[in-house]
Parts: sequence; structure tokens; C-alpha cells
Amino acid sequence: MMNHLPLIIKREYLTKVKNKSFIVMTFLSPIIMMILISVVAYLSQLNNDKQRTISILDESGLVKDAFQNSEHTKYHMIEDMTLVEAKAIVKETSNYGLLYIGKLDATNFEPKQIEFFSEESPSLSLISDLESILERKLTDVKLQREGVDIEKIKTSKASVAIEQESFDGQKTSKTDSIVKLIFGGAAGYLLFMFIIIYGNMIMRSVIEEKTSRIIEVIISSVKPVQLMLGKIIGTSLAGITQFLVWILLGGVLLIIISAVFGIDMAQMQSPQEEMMKQAMQNPEMTMQVQDIMNAFYNLPITNLIIAFVLFFISGYLLYSSLYASIGAAVDNETDTQQFLLPIMMPLILAVYIGFFTVIEDPHGTVSTVFSFIPFTSPVVMLMRIPFGVPLWQQVLSLLILIGTFILIVWFAAKIYRVGILMYGKKPSYKELMKWIKY
Amino acid sequence: MSNLLEVNGVSKKYGDFTALNNVSIAVPKGSIYGLLGPNGAGKTTLIRIINQITMPDMGSVFLDGTSLNTSHIKDIGYLPEERGLYKTMKVGEQALYLAQLKGLSKAEAKVRLKYWFERLEIGDWWNKKIQELSKGMAQKIQFVVTVLHNPKLLIFDEPFSGFDPINANLIKDEILKLREDGATVIFSTHRMESVEELCDDITLIHKSNKILDGKLVDIKRQFKTNTYEVGIKINETSNLEETLSQKFQVSTANFKTLGDELKLNIKLSANDKANDLLGFLTSQGEVSHFVELIPSVNDIFIQTVKNN
Repeated sequence: MMNHLPLIIKREYLTKVKNKSFIVMTFLSPIIMMILISVVAYLSQLNNDKQRTISILDESGLVKDAFQNSEHTKYHMIEDMTLVEAKAIVKETSNYGLLYIGKLDATNFEPKQIEFFSEESPSLSLISDLESILERKLTDVKLQREGVDIEKIKTSKASVAIEQESFDGQKTSKTDSIVKLIFGGAAGYLLFMFIIIYGNMIMRSVIEEKTSRIIEVIISSVKPVQLMLGKIIGTSLAGITQFLVWILLGGVLLIIISAVFGIDMAQMQSPQEEMMKQAMQNPEMTMQVQDIMNAFYNLPITNLIIAFVLFFISGYLLYSSLYASIGAAVDNETDTQQFLLPIMMPLILAVYIGFFTVIEDPHGTVSTVFSFIPFTSPVVMLMRIPFGVPLWQQVLSLLILIGTFILIVWFAAKIYRVGILMYGKKPSYKELMKWIKY
Repeated sequence: MSNLLEVNGVSKKYGDFTALNNVSIAVPKGSIYGLLGPNGAGKTTLIRIINQITMPDMGSVFLDGTSLNTSHIKDIGYLPEERGLYKTMKVGEQALYLAQLKGLSKAEAKVRLKYWFERLEIGDWWNKKIQELSKGMAQKIQFVVTVLHNPKLLIFDEPFSGFDPINANLIKDEILKLREDGATVIFSTHRMESVEELCDDITLIHKSNKILDGKLVDIKRQFKTNTYEVGIKINETSNLEETLSQKFQVSTANFKTLGDELKLNIKLSANDKANDLLGFLTSQGEVSHFVELIPSVNDIFIQTVKNN
């Protein structure tokens, strides 16, 4: 028999790519994303343009000069008033809130009471800003009272950045870890998304073949395994095409939007940005750009690329053959739920482990174990690899994965072979097990 | 080798359920072979085994003298009962794809499709999508796809369902023509009148077992009861019916005539001769009707299934 695989792949690819909703999704999604991003950016700009006024009633008389107006916050001092009066006045004005600093406690030289009054509950960042200003000021005041020269303290502050180096002479740093995290996280998450989106697409296409009743004609000429693999590969190629279009289109749109609206991402004003800017003025932070470049060079790039390709393909094929067999087992999409859950669980678990445990300790027990278990290993291992995983671990994990993949494809093909010819009732797990034995 | 297809002692189990139990059939070359049986008897399982969709647990299948293998896929054309086409694909693209799966080259498939589309007068459907066509129209395409690669063996499962009488006739004529051109046809249906009309041989499968097979004429001969349907004009005082009852099993017959004859079914015993009966009848009145009752496939089917 001639090999029909290329023919099947071609048909699957072309029907997917020519499908109207696929085309619409491919071109509309990045546009919608860009519109959403622009709207959020625009709104946060609006939000930040607003200047808040905060009234301060200081009965301690210590912190008067501590508050300096900034771009977003204006401070207004209230004097010679009781708290009750001040509250009434501030409530009438459009001021955001009232910060009350009570009289000094003679024993520890701190205000007895500090309280913030406002109409709506204030944001966490506002409160912590106020707290840090007060803390700094009160500490200074107390130090001065003890006869300490504050200027001396400032000049004698030391800054320490520990350099890290492995015994093999490979330098690492905190920035390194962040870059690694981003790389690993992106790779793992990409695989996760890819499996969910295109696994579902494969499943739907199998169901469609069943409901249109063409399946029996096809498998009188083609082995079911060939049809299944053709479907998986064809759909994946369509998926890769879609991803590439998204990346290209997204890039182009990003450039267009920032040109048209003048939204320079670096100039986007937000409290976090402001903090970043302050941090940038710190001498230790100017090193950062250099650090990021170094981190790039320190990444095991070749290893990363090869591992990405291998784990991505094996992991994706493992899951998509499961999706295909689910499609074969049921008659319509509503019946897929009970079978989808056990597939989603390990996948979601893998992502959680990736983002919580690998970050914490990339070579700890949990991370290591889950980077060997085949259903979680593609995602977890991809996240671990930037941190440097010994070659034997990578090879072993890949071998386990490929072994499981072959086993699962064999199982899936059996379910697929029986399932595509079964119509009518939704099978139970018990029946699925029986199908495997047929 | 006079048999194109030989199925020898094939059994198939699905878990505890036996779908086929030691079934053997032999399909002569160039014949139209009727595969009959009630719903769920195992016909589809047998057809799927011949198409290598399902593997038998036991037994063997030979096509044209060689054990069934993947190279036979191009020799078989199969129109399943559960059939359909990709709804969103264009007719032409789809037909080309299916033809290529059967091993035709794209160019060859195009030429043949053109011939068939013109023959069935459906040439202007090439660029339509299946979902724009009616069920009968889609069935025509499926028929074309089934026969396009000139298979030696054609298997039709309920080929006429979904066709109006005109198109059903058209397809019937095409099937007969394919047979003339040398194809062998296996024909599974519940429409007994088409079995009557088309089939040379039949097999009856019931509850996973073969319970009857052979040439249709032989089976009919085997099932005939020596009963004659008689219409005779007699004068009113005659007691012919009583006289006959003493010698034969007589019952009232029911057929349409223009006059008001006496209508009887008369069953002869093995020793009686039809000619003697006819001679006797002509002496009693004017015989307008004298026909041997040949059992219909329908009767044979129902009788055999009930007795099992």
C-alpha cells in the first residue's frame, strides 16, 4: 500500500488554513489584543494624570517638612484645628483624604496615633508610601535626638552585590536568574497554550469526521493510525502557521500603534514605573542592562534550542494523540468534558510546578521528580533547562517521554480505531479499556 | 478460480459479544451477491472484515486467490451504510482526495471524475460545497467515488437509501453495467425487491451465523410449496371448492381480477401433477388464472429468520 500520510497531512492543513473562522481568528486575534493593550495603556495614563490632594493634620509638629508634593500627590497642611473640624472640612472639599498624626508620646517619642481618613478605602501602595515617608522621618528625628549625625549615616551606607560563579567558572547573577526564568517560563507556557489550543482543534476535527460519517470510507483506504497521525501533524502545521502570523502581525501592529498614538512603552506612567525610575538612579541598577546582556550570553543557548524542539514535539504529540482518541470516543463536543479533565490536570499541575517550584528551587526534589514524569516533564523540564540541567537528566527524561509517547499513541490508536466506528452512546472508561483489548 | 472472494470460517468477538460465528461465503466472479440479514446480524462486521477495517479473530479471507492484504485496498470499492462527505470541502477537491487515497494519480483521477460527472450529469457541481447539495446529490458523488478506481469487487451497503425512484433506477443501471464490465458486486440491503431483481446468489446471516446461502433460483426451488393460484368461473350451484378440499389443501386466494371468479390457493402433494389439476379445472369451468406460487425473497427471509 502506498503511503498516504503526506496526502492526509496536506488535506488537513489546507482545510484548516482555508477555514473561514480560522482565518478570521488568525488575523483578528492580534488586532483585538493590540486594541485591548492600547485601551489599558490609555486608561492607566488617564488614571495617572489625576493629581490627588491629601490633607495632613500634624499635632506632633515633627513631620511638616517630610511631605513633598510629587506629580501624582499634593500634600496640604492643616493647622490649628481639631481632628473633628479637620475631618469635616476635608470631607467637604474634593480632597482625597486626611492623614492625622497625633500628639507625641513622651516615653518613646513617637506619635500616639496615626490614622488615615478617606471616603473610599485607599490603595495599598498609597498607604505604604505614606508609611515609609513617616518611618524615615521619625527615624531621623529619633536618631537626631540621640545625638547621631544623620549625614554620617548616609555617607557610611555600604552597598553589597554578591557575584555568583559556579565551580566550572560560569558566572551567574540575580539578573541571570530572572532572564532564565523568563526563557524557561515562556517556553513552558508556550507549550501549554499550544497543547490546549491545537489539541482541542484536533479533537474537534476528529468529531467532525465522525459526525459527517465519512470516516468509514476513509479507513477502508487508510489505516486509522495513519489518519490519526496525519490529522495531528496537519493540524500542528496549521497551528505553527497561525502562531507565526500572530508573532509577525503582533510585531507590526505594535510598531504602528506606538507610532500613531505615541505611546512609548518606556514612558508609560504608573506608580511601578516611578519606582523603577527611582531605582534606576541607584548606581547598582545602572549595571542592569549590561547584566541582561551577560545573562543572555550565559544561557545554554544550543542546549535550550535543541531541548525546546525535542521536548516540545514529544510533549505535544503525547497530548494531541490523547485529544484525538477523545474525539474518536465521543459523538459530540459536550461529551468530551469527563475525558478532558484527566488530561488537563497534569498539564495545569506542570505549569503550577513550573511557576512556583522551579522558580524557588530549580534543582530541588519536586522540580527534579516532575521533570521526569512524562505528563509533566515537557513543561517542567523546559522551565528547568535554562538553569542548567545535567545532560544525563535531559536525555533520561526525553527517553521516558518518548517511551510513554509511543505507548500512548499505541493506546490512543486502539481507542481511535474502535471509537471512530462507534456511534450513539457515550462510552464509559470501562468500555474504553475494553476497546483497547479488541 | 471462479470465486472472486472466499471467506472461510470467519469469527469475530467484541468482548463477550459474538458478532460473527464461523461464517463462510464464496462470491463467484462477475455475480451480484446479496448479503441479507436482520439488523444487527453481523453483516456490517463481515463487510468491514472484507475491507480490512476490522481484523477477524479466526478464519481467513481470500480475494482473487490471494490472502487479503493491504494491496487489495485498490481492488475494493466500498459504499458504507453510514456514509457522508466532508461538509465544508468542495465536491471536486473531495472526490480527488478520496480517489488519491485509493491509489489513483491526481491526473488520472481528474480524467475519470470528468467522465463520471458528465455521465451522471453532475458536472456543474464541481466547485460546490457538500453542504450546499441535497442528500440525494451527495449520494451520487459517493457512488462515483466508490466506483472510480475500477475495483474488482464492489460492496454496496443499502445503496439506494436516500435516492428518489428515478435516481435509484439510474444507480441500479450503473451497477448492472459495472457487472457487465467485469466487476463483482456484494450487495447488502433490506429492500427485498431489489434483491429479487438484481442478485444471483444470496447469503442470509442471522444472529452472527450464516443460516442460508446459495443461488437464488435454487433457494427458491427449495422453498416452493407446490402451491398454485387459481381463478375459475363456475356456475353458482357448483361445489368445486368442496370437491377440491377433499383432495388438496385449499385456501382462499386474494388477487386482483376484473371478473368475479372463484379465487383459490391449491397446494399439491409431491405426487400430484399440475397438469392433472389444470385438466380437472378446465372441465369444471372457465379457468382465467393459473400460476405457480414462487416464494418471494421476502417470504424466505421472514420464514428462515423466524424458524431460527
